[in-house]
Amino acid sequence: MRKRNYCKINSSEITSYNNYINRRKFIKSATLAGSAMMVASVNGANIPETPQGKLSDISSSIYSTDEKTNSIVDVTTYNNFYEFGTNKDDPYKNSKNFKTRPWSIEVSGHAEKTGVFNLEDFIKPHLLEERIYRMRCVEAWSMVIPWVGIPLAKIVKQFKPLSKAKYVRFETIHDKENMIGQRYRILKWPYREGLTIAEATNPLSILAVGIYGYALPNQNGAPLRLIVPWKYGFKGIKSIVKMSFVERQPRTSWEMAAPDEYGFYANVNPKVPHPRWSQARERRIGSGLFAEKIPTSMFNGYGEHVAHLYKGLNLRRHF
Amino acid sequence: MNTIKKIRFFWKPLVFFICLIPTILILTDALEITGHLSANPIEDIQDRLGNWGLRFIVLVLTISPLKIITGKNWIILFRRMIGLFAFYYVFMHFLTWAILEQNLNVSAVIEDIIERKFITLGLISLMLLFIMAVTSPNSIRRKMGVKWHQIHKSIYVVSVLGIWHYWWQVKLDAREPLIYAIIISILLLYRLLKFKKPTSSVR
Repeated sequence: MRKRNYCKINSSEITSYNNYINRRKFIKSATLAGSAMMVASVNGANIPETPQGKLSDISSSIYSTDEKTNSIVDVTTYNNFYEFGTNKDDPYKNSKNFKTRPWSIEVSGHAEKTGVFNLEDFIKPHLLEERIYRMRCVEAWSMVIPWVGIPLAKIVKQFKPLSKAKYVRFETIHDKENMIGQRYRILKWPYREGLTIAEATNPLSILAVGIYGYALPNQNGAPLRLIVPWKYGFKGIKSIVKMSFVERQPRTSWEMAAPDEYGFYANVNPKVPHPRWSQARERRIGSGLFAEKIPTSMFNGYGEHVAHLYKGLNLRRHF
Repeated sequence: MNTIKKIRFFWKPLVFFICLIPTILILTDALEITGHLSANPIEDIQDRLGNWGLRFIVLVLTISPLKIITGKNWIILFRRMIGLFAFYYVFMHFLTWAILEQNLNVSAVIEDIIERKFITLGLISLMLLFIMAVTSPNSIRRKMGVKWHQIHKSIYVVSVLGIWHYWWQVKLDAREPLIYAIIISILLLYRLLKFKKPTSSVR
C-alpha cells in the first residue's frame, strides 16, 4: 500500500479507516452480498457522526455498472472541489478540518413542505442504495465510483413540489473560514447548480452521502452531494445546504463564470467539444501510463434512461 | 585554477546536474521512491515538464539582466546551458503529450494542433526553441554572426507564446500563468529600457 495521508480523521477511527482502504474489495463484496436482506430495513438511512464512518443497511441497485471501480486513493486524492483550491490534490489537503456536523439543509420555494432540516432528519425517511456510476469530468477524464446515496426523486417527492416548481436549485455552503478556496473569486460563491424537475426525479439522480460503503470524505463533498452520472462532473454540487423549488431555470456557477464554455445542461456529449478541447475521448483514471484514451459515450452511456428528457432539444446549443 | 576553468570543470557540471533534478524527481516519483504521481500520472508528468520549461525560459531571460546588474560577466557562460534546458523540458513536455496523452495517434495529434489554439502556440514555441537549440554551438554561432543574434531574439517571442499557451489551457484559475506573465513582462521591459541605449552592449 502507498504511504500517504488521505484524509484527516479522528485517532479513534484510524485503524478502521486504514483497514477500509485495504479491505475495500472485501467490504464491497460483503455489502453486495448482505444487501438482499437489508432491503427490508425499517430504520431508514443513517449517517455516522464520525467522518468516514461505516454506513449500514445499503441495498444494491440495477443502475450500477459492473465496470472496475477506481481505487479509493484515486477517488479521494484527485478531485475538483474549488472551495478547497483549484489543484487536484488541494481538496484532500485542505479539507481536513472542515466540519460537517451539525449540518442542516434549507428547503424552500414552490413546495408544500419547506423549512430547515437537520441532515439526519433530511435523509431519515429513506433507504441507502449503492450506485456504482461512471463519472465523466468536463476535463476529459473519468472514474468509476461506488456511491452510496438516496434517489433524489424520493427526496423531491417528500417535499411535495407544486406545479409551479419547474426546476430544483442547489447551493453549497458558503464558509470562507473553513473553505480556503472561497477566499478567491475564481467562481461566484456559493457554488450553485440546478436541474429540471424531470432530471431531478429521474431514477439515476441521487444525493450521495457515502463512497465505498463509508460516509463521504470531506474532499468528495461531505456530507451530502448531488450525483447525475449522465452529466459532466461539475453538475454534481457538493456539501449542499440549500435546495429550492423554482419556476425559472437557475443560473449555475460555471455557466456564470464562462457561459460560452459551460451550459446549464452539461450533458456528456462526445460530439460537442469544449471550445478549447475535444470531448470525443476520455482518460480513464487508474488505467496506467500507457493506456489509450477511451471513446466517450453520449450521455456518458446512460442514454437509455435519460435521452427522452432531451427530445427536441438542440444539444449543440443547449450544451 | 582560474575562474574560467573553475566554471568549466566545477560549476557547469554542478549546474547541469541541478537542472536535471526535476527530471530525476519525475522518474523517482513515478517509481514511488521520492513520492508519487497524481491519480492522473500522464497529466502530472506533462504539467510538471511544461512548468519547468516555462521556468527555464524565465531563467534564461534573467541571465543578461543579472550580468548587467551585478557586473559579473561569467554569468553569461551559463546562458547556453539554461537555454538548452528550456528546450529540453519543453520538448519532453511535447513528447509526453504526443506519446502518452495522444498515444502517437497521428490524426488526433494533427486535429489538436489545428483545432486547439493553445496547442498551436505551444508547437510554434517548440519549433523556435528547436532552431535556437541546433544553432547553439559556438562554431555555428561564429559562422552565423549577426544573424545568430537575430534568430536568438525569438526567445522573447517564445516567452510570450509560452505563457499564452499556459493561460489558454487553464480552466478558470489563471493566477499561476499571471505570475509568469508579470515576471516575463518585467524581464522584457528591462530590456526595452536598458538595451535601447546605443552605448550598452547587447549580448
